[in-house]
Amino acid sequence: MTAIGMPAVRVDRTRAVPWLQEYGVYIGVAALLVFNLVFTPHFLSLENFRTQAVQVTPVLILSLGMALVIATGGIDLSVGSVMALSAAMISLYLGYGPVVAVLVALVAGAAAGAVNGALVAFAGVQAIVATLAMMIGGRGLSLVLLPQLDGIRNPGIRELGAGEALGVPYLVWISAVLVAVVVFVVRRTVFGRRIVAIGGNRRAGELSGLPVRRTLLVVYVLCGLLAAVAGVLATARLQASDPNSIGRLIELSAITAVVVGGTPLQGGRVRIAGTVAGAVLMQLLVSTLIKHDLPPSWTQIAQTAVIIAAVYVARERGRK
Amino acid sequence: MTAVKSTAASATGLPGGGPGRKGGVRGPFGAGGGDGSAAEFVQRHGALVVLAAVLAVAALTIDGFFSVGNLNHIAVGAAFPAIIALGMTFVIITGGIDLSVGTVFALAGVLAAWASQYGSLAALALPLGVCGLIGALNGVLIAKARLAPFIVTLATMLGAWGLMLAVSDEGSETYVVPDGLALTPMVQERFLGIGYPVLLVLVLFAVGGVALRRTGWGQNLYAVGGNEDAAALMGVPVARTKISAYSLSGLLAGLAGALNAVWLGSGVTIFGIGIELDAISAVVIGGTLLAGGYGFVSGSLVGVLLLNVIQNIINGIGGLSSAFQQVVSGSFLITVVLAQNYLSRRREGN
Repeated sequence: MTAIGMPAVRVDRTRAVPWLQEYGVYIGVAALLVFNLVFTPHFLSLENFRTQAVQVTPVLILSLGMALVIATGGIDLSVGSVMALSAAMISLYLGYGPVVAVLVALVAGAAAGAVNGALVAFAGVQAIVATLAMMIGGRGLSLVLLPQLDGIRNPGIRELGAGEALGVPYLVWISAVLVAVVVFVVRRTVFGRRIVAIGGNRRAGELSGLPVRRTLLVVYVLCGLLAAVAGVLATARLQASDPNSIGRLIELSAITAVVVGGTPLQGGRVRIAGTVAGAVLMQLLVSTLIKHDLPPSWTQIAQTAVIIAAVYVARERGRK
Repeated sequence: MTAVKSTAASATGLPGGGPGRKGGVRGPFGAGGGDGSAAEFVQRHGALVVLAAVLAVAALTIDGFFSVGNLNHIAVGAAFPAIIALGMTFVIITGGIDLSVGTVFALAGVLAAWASQYGSLAALALPLGVCGLIGALNGVLIAKARLAPFIVTLATMLGAWGLMLAVSDEGSETYVVPDGLALTPMVQERFLGIGYPVLLVLVLFAVGGVALRRTGWGQNLYAVGGNEDAAALMGVPVARTKISAYSLSGLLAGLAGALNAVWLGSGVTIFGIGIELDAISAVVIGGTLLAGGYGFVSGSLVGVLLLNVIQNIINGIGGLSSAFQQVVSGSFLITVVLAQNYLSRRREGN
């Protein structure tokens, strides 16, 4: 299997693969944009870009938290269930006013993240197992709390989901602010350096005196919090809490956005700009397929192929 | 007793050489042969003890729990998840995970119901073929392309769902199994008062247990899960072993889905969502380590029974929604994993 007799191919690969990992996501976005400009009627309209920007919001926000978790070498499979949990909380606490309801939803998300983080950081449970349990239990809990879809008629929540400032929807403003905050945290703070250091070599981080456990805990809390924000915004846009279907399989889109964007699943490196582009790529891919009248079935099969291809390309980085 | 052992292990300073580590590469509990320590007992039989306790409490507090009808209901309800859990056990022993079995189960049901118009053989062959291929695809991507199992199987979970939607006209068509299908009585009827699916599960688990314990293939599974590099150096065909485990997992999920469709009489498209999580919970509750290299099929059977008995009790108590089951399942999973971590640390003496 190792191509000893083919040095020419190997040289090509060593150059092409890192380049593809670095810029592949932008090429993908550009290619989809060009394709749509040429083949999709009414693609080049302000209304369409608005729709795309609003639709990408939940996955984009989730993938920010996911990028931080993956940078530490972990994974969070529970983000979809945490979205459902926050949606259920909004519906339950709306009686106290929209602000209280949103706050409770965010606290619930942070609490779920704290449970994940405590299990991973302090009890030493594998991230995939801890968050899998939360994925099962969180969805169950939100369905126990709110058994079926519940319409939300609240002017505040509706304004959050449908309103706009300076011609840009609130949802887009919020995700832009969150992206800026996460970029700042990753690039300019000690905490951001710690995340990458732990993902690169946890043992070395411990030996050099980093607060490894505390950092891990905070990362999972942030991921839970961002998932709750995504759940709140999705609920506000839908004008309904739907714990049964909200966020189902969305963890897959979020993980893909992160991996496509050039953050390796092994951790030790994080690329927020790439993650944002990755989320946009997944959104454009789905909407392109839908606009060209491909049924959901083929959309999902195409997504599967893209995900596996992306992970396959990203895997090479781990080998150096 | 265990405390003495752990100090002995740490005193020798050889994390792999302490007592009870006779199995070498096969994970923290050795080959699973058992040396009679308390930790080993809890790991092996903890689920059985809990099952017995839950059954005893239920028998005393709930009227009609121990009726033949109810017990049969539990057994048949547990049969199809148990078939999936058997395949999952093999995969988890190799240190992997298969998240695709839930939608593979759903896909198999729809395929079986569609193919049943061409007879019983088609109703079994088509889903088994397709699902075996999906499992093999998982295995090749994981073993040959060396991708992370959870992301591969999460992706094929989506792919199988898409395929199921494509077959069922975007989920709007529910195929019905025609009356008089030769397979139907073989699934629905009983032998000596025991449903055929239950008997099939017993046979499959017996075969699976023997294959795991008494064949070279089974030993390869343990070796790959315990330490992949060491296994490769010993000459174990790592890639082939992994591919066989994932293929088998796909096949068994397909079998469960096909039989479930025949049992129900139609290919219900929404069936199977989240069943992979139940299967994983059951396997882990049964004592198989998610880290790989240690496990046994009988535990998975007990795990499935335990979850189904709890489900039955939850349904029996009025006013509790069935979603409560998921909460119990998730908490059980994490409790068992925490207990396993604790036990294995004690065993390793650090």
